Amino acid sequence: MFETLILIMDSTVRLSTPLLLACLAGLYSERSGVVDIGLEGKMLGAAFGAGAVAFVTGNAWLGLLAGIAVAIALALVHGFASITNRGNQIVSGVAINFLAAGLTALLGQTWFRQGGRTPPLPEGGRFGNIELPFADEVRDIPVLGGIYSELLSGHNILVYVAFLAVPVTWWILFRTRFGLRLRAVGENPAAVDTAGISVVWLRYRAVIACGILTGIAGSYLSIAQSSGFIKDMTAGKGFIALAALIFAKWRPANAMFACLLFGFLDAVAIRLQGQEIPGVGEVPVQFFQALPYILTVILLAGFIGKAIPPKASGIPYLKERT
Amino acid sequence: MSAGQLPRWVDFGLIPVLNLVAAFLVSGLVVLLIGENPLEAVRILLWGSLGFGEGIGFTLFYATNFIFTGLAVAVAFHAGLFNIGGEGQAYIGGLGVAWACLAFDHYVPWWVTMPFALAGAAIMGAAWAFIPAWLQAKRGSHVVITTIMFNFIAAALMNYLLVNIMVKPGSMQPETRTFEAGGRLPFLNDFMPGIDFGTAPVNLALIIALLASLAVWLIVWRTRLGYEIRAFGANATAAVYAGISPVRVIVVTMLISGGLAGMMAINEIMGSQHRLLLEFVTGYGFVGIAVALMGRAHPVGIVLAAILFGMLYQGGAELSFEKPAITRDMIIVIQGLVILFAGALEHMFRPALVRFFTFSRTPAQQAG
Repeated sequence: MFETLILIMDSTVRLSTPLLLACLAGLYSERSGVVDIGLEGKMLGAAFGAGAVAFVTGNAWLGLLAGIAVAIALALVHGFASITNRGNQIVSGVAINFLAAGLTALLGQTWFRQGGRTPPLPEGGRFGNIELPFADEVRDIPVLGGIYSELLSGHNILVYVAFLAVPVTWWILFRTRFGLRLRAVGENPAAVDTAGISVVWLRYRAVIACGILTGIAGSYLSIAQSSGFIKDMTAGKGFIALAALIFAKWRPANAMFACLLFGFLDAVAIRLQGQEIPGVGEVPVQFFQALPYILTVILLAGFIGKAIPPKASGIPYLKERT
Repeated sequence: MSAGQLPRWVDFGLIPVLNLVAAFLVSGLVVLLIGENPLEAVRILLWGSLGFGEGIGFTLFYATNFIFTGLAVAVAFHAGLFNIGGEGQAYIGGLGVAWACLAFDHYVPWWVTMPFALAGAAIMGAAWAFIPAWLQAKRGSHVVITTIMFNFIAAALMNYLLVNIMVKPGSMQPETRTFEAGGRLPFLNDFMPGIDFGTAPVNLALIIALLASLAVWLIVWRTRLGYEIRAFGANATAAVYAGISPVRVIVVTMLISGGLAGMMAINEIMGSQHRLLLEFVTGYGFVGIAVALMGRAHPVGIVLAAILFGMLYQGGAELSFEKPAITRDMIIVIQGLVILFAGALEHMFRPALVRFFTFSRTPAQQAG
């Protein structure tokens, strides 16, 4: 029983990692007032960039850099449309999702000719698992040993990066001048502007931060969790991350718990596939797939607290009315 | 930067064309990038979509889907609402169509089944839009987010229903049995002699789509409800002061929008596939956003934009057949670029145009 639990928690951590990275990415963007439903597309683009470069160079780190670069490029497109041109942010996000889905499959087929996927990565092209010190020695200690050696140890570096990003994000947003201004620009950009701070530059930095984190999230999918890019491999994770962001009410620590919850649902769904739960019977796997979205809708309906987005989110900032 | 600085023909004609040209130029660059000749690609695309009867038939078939989803997005636009749940609403609409067809197809001819299927599609689509609408109206939760969530819930629900409940007994494919003749809309080939669309599945749903466009025009511009919708969309606060009920406008608009999206299923399920199957919507709902944007949320514009996207779909299929290097994913890229340039970047050329037109008009005014 305990071992099953540890195994489920272990896969929860693995499944939550991309969600968490994308969710924190969305946090930066949306806290600055730029709504981003293009998380999915940026992750997908990054996954492809990372998979392609890691295959060609055989170096996971270069792959990661490429993934981040692709995601930042897409993020800048979103920024150019929604900040500079004051276009509709939702429309821009939809466009980025389309672009990423189409371009990754098209270029993947052109470059590698394997139906849109990248070839399996060579040795060194993939982030390996890291054994924490003494993981083997403490394995036999009851409970704690299992938790340490199975649950905490033995993940790839991006998993640790994701969970480390939570306190870092909290610190940046709530303990630095940049963070204060970022939050302010999402609530009342006119006030920030009056204080002589550039709204545009602040929002661009937020969007770039979003690109970096979605880049890591996408790279995790293709060069850490699996070995190579597969067409449409994000499969809605960007939207689950968006749901998690709302579920977390735009707060870093809550974001981690929301992503762990959604990752846990995913892990349980995989575990329970075709199995009967005593007293309930077989729960269809689709129920677990829909549960994150259902929970988010219930939250939005105001039955579990209230999710209030940053006040200026989605509204382009016009410096002066003419 | 506001409207009115430019002549109407620039606003409604030149700017959309410029945006489209920009999108196609970038698409051409993508084609160059994968080592093919863009002009050759355009030639195949045009020929494949308009060059022969069957091609035109397929173009019109795809356009029918886009008219429905485009109208759905446009109606919501007029009330200042953004319904990006067309995907899920159309998917659930398929359920209504399939129920009607499965129930009646053995007993009655198609024209008896059709009203029930239409009603089923519209009611199910509207029902799927109702909860997001009600949450927006009563609880203030943003309709964009809730409709996204409902797209995924719809996908999971349909997956469950088709795999476990509605599947044809003994079949491995997650789809219902094929409808009999009583559950099939006639193809245009069958009742319009003299027109040869070959094997293209363009069917009566095209006529229904055109009638729906007319109905949308009447509702939005010629009824009290339409006035309320547009007033609410233009200035919600003022509309409320004028005695317009925000809850009513939001809910009714979203019901119309969801119903229109749901009716897309008529074309796919009753008109072409003749069975309910997984993922028959695949992006039509999202592309409806682009169609509505390009058509400036007006039914005439939407029909034109829908035909353009139908050409892209059919021409793109032909293109991937002729030039295997340009896979069907190219269509998705072009759609993405059109959404980007015609939607998110729609104001990109505006400042330059404003400068150009005010500059060219000022001397004339001074002279007069």
